[in-house]
Amino acid sequence: MQTTAVSSADEARYDDEVVKLFATATVVWAVVGMLAGVWIALEIAYWPANLGLQWTTFGRLRPLHTNAVIFAFGGNICFTGIYYSMQRLLKVRMFSDALSRIHFWGWQLIIVGAAITLPLGLTQSKEYAELIWPIDVLITLIWVVFAINFFGTVYNRKVKHLYVAIWFYMSFVITIAVLHIVNSLAIPATLLRSYPIYAGLTDALVQWWYGHNAVGFFLTTPFLGLMYYFLPRISGRPVFSYRLSIIHFWALVFLYIWAGPHHLLYSSLPEWAQTLGMTFSIMLIAPSWGGMLNGLLTLRGAWDRVRTDPVLKFLVVAVSFYGMSTFEGPMMSIRAVNSLSHYTNWTIGHVHSGALGWNGMITFGILYWLVPKLWNKPLAYPGWATTHFWLATIGIVLYTVSMWAAGLTEGLQWRAFDAAGQLKYPNFVDIVHQLQPFYLLRLLGGLLFFTGAVMFAVNFVKTVSGPAAAPAPAPAAAR
Amino acid sequence: MSTPNETGYTSAHRTLEGKSALFAVMVTVAILIGGIVEIIPLFSTTYGPEALAGVTPYTALEVAGRDIYVREGCYTCHSQMVRPMRAEVLRYGEWTRAGEYAYDHPFLLGSRRLGPDLQRVGGKYPDAWHFEHMRDPRATSPGSVMPPYTWLHRQAYDPADIQASLRALKKVGVPYTDEQIAGAPADMQAQAAGISERLKAAGIDADPGKEIVAMIAYLQRLGKDGRAAIAAGATAPAPTPAAPAVQAATAPAPEQGVTP
Repeated sequence: MQTTAVSSADEARYDDEVVKLFATATVVWAVVGMLAGVWIALEIAYWPANLGLQWTTFGRLRPLHTNAVIFAFGGNICFTGIYYSMQRLLKVRMFSDALSRIHFWGWQLIIVGAAITLPLGLTQSKEYAELIWPIDVLITLIWVVFAINFFGTVYNRKVKHLYVAIWFYMSFVITIAVLHIVNSLAIPATLLRSYPIYAGLTDALVQWWYGHNAVGFFLTTPFLGLMYYFLPRISGRPVFSYRLSIIHFWALVFLYIWAGPHHLLYSSLPEWAQTLGMTFSIMLIAPSWGGMLNGLLTLRGAWDRVRTDPVLKFLVVAVSFYGMSTFEGPMMSIRAVNSLSHYTNWTIGHVHSGALGWNGMITFGILYWLVPKLWNKPLAYPGWATTHFWLATIGIVLYTVSMWAAGLTEGLQWRAFDAAGQLKYPNFVDIVHQLQPFYLLRLLGGLLFFTGAVMFAVNFVKTVSGPAAAPAPAPAAAR
Repeated sequence: MSTPNETGYTSAHRTLEGKSALFAVMVTVAILIGGIVEIIPLFSTTYGPEALAGVTPYTALEVAGRDIYVREGCYTCHSQMVRPMRAEVLRYGEWTRAGEYAYDHPFLLGSRRLGPDLQRVGGKYPDAWHFEHMRDPRATSPGSVMPPYTWLHRQAYDPADIQASLRALKKVGVPYTDEQIAGAPADMQAQAAGISERLKAAGIDADPGKEIVAMIAYLQRLGKDGRAAIAAGATAPAPTPAAPAVQAATAPAPEQGVTP
């Protein structure tokens, strides 16, 4: 593929300093966001873990966890990968160094704002859109900065044809802007409080149109773009099918946006809307698996290296989890399945198989490859990468399996009847107590994943503060 | 990635890849269609969020309580949506109609039930139960895993602050009159005094200005109008195809409901 031929003269033209900044921020927020996750998992298993403080209850930390892992950890790795790859794919420096810096620092400011306001209980309550309206305005401004920088770079490009990764990045830039603005429309009451312009189920539908497509266009399309750049680059194998990438790209961006109402099945949202949500969710299997297959089949001829190369291990598991969670999601969107799974831990297991398995693993895979390249320093503890991989993989398995078990248990017991046709478990708390072993197992799984992330963070700090690599000839041909 | 034998759509797509502005426009069109088809009809009178007859806007004190409910993230553990299924109707009460949410800005359906649904909690327990439950959840619900919310009993809400909320809510469509907004602080204090009186009757000395009183006001309102409207035979939008009318008939009144 065209991208592997990068001359060192080209490399010198690119702005890699901003890539380093975003990569560093990714590592920092990974630790923060996952620590928050471990903490709230502990709070579910052991309620006094909020230490009696109002700022640390589950209700206030849960949004902090989701925002930190999605927008801080996930966002920063997307920007890391996009700024690194688009300069190389388009053979041009980013449009504006100043805009790159404003984007970076603005985004971190937003995250710090989230980390301060959410524990204080300053929230709009819409999931993954909790941040108060002044921060929403800042997000809009920073996103416009990013969009100008992105499209300016596309406009200045030295390569005529846009590579598939760029298509996915483009859908990310455009769709997140649309989703964020429409879902955040609200009338401020004070500087810290506002009320959405939509009422009741309309508000709910707009929110889940946003919420599901935050998954679709924040945690899927930019990451698929990263996959299309880094997987061929790292493995040295061309993308399996150009035709497949065309079909699954357009199908994915068109179909995803319809799937939101599957979050509102069995609500009193009009039935046609629920059915559309369910139908399009099921159809989404095709383009999702198109992406997975195009990723996995790209590795044909490189499978022997998966055994020894931790970077490829991370990437293979990531793409596999992408396939698994995009099978599970459509299945859970089927009304009958949803009647059991909705409101249960099954949903929590599902999102974590996507977030830890897909987004987390691909992020670490990319960073293990990219960090030594960016800083031109060898990994301080190369052996730790494999240990990290196994901790993370076992952690995800424990997490998802325990949450499946918990979800099925509570879902079935909520609706179990005795012989007289009355509720078999009329006391809600009795069901909650049955979940305790699963909550502990989940906590262990989360801890393993978190431990791996901390190992990575230590490795990262030692690597970038360590001595430079011995001067090697032609670094671009390293792999 | 470039293949020599490009034909048909791949060749056309290759051309498109050279035209970045057109590509961006096509992506935009592709992602807008689904949202337009699903969301726009909800602004019509047919599918819109019209209030069920008898469902009225929250009072000033209830709005303050709802703001606290949002602040504490109660919705991260408690849903407000009874699904039209026999088990849910038995456990929680009447299933939820769309028109009950008409004045909900924001919606608080929740996405997870770490604790029970609260859609029909209004009127299910006395005020004193909620007061004690927030102070020590295990005192009223043995085995509960909810943390205490003791700061609600210490912190005061600001009656001077409520008018800004009501004005904003009026702008987004909640039909508050100017008189209601002008009288909101007094109205708030009157409702709080009533709750404080009921608590006193139960042997609890509660300052009517504390957040717990606003919280109780909101919780006691939850699902109440809707339940009365449904009992009075108000028409509702068509439900999901689970024959809920039959199920509703088998449901006990929420007051006879089970322990939380």
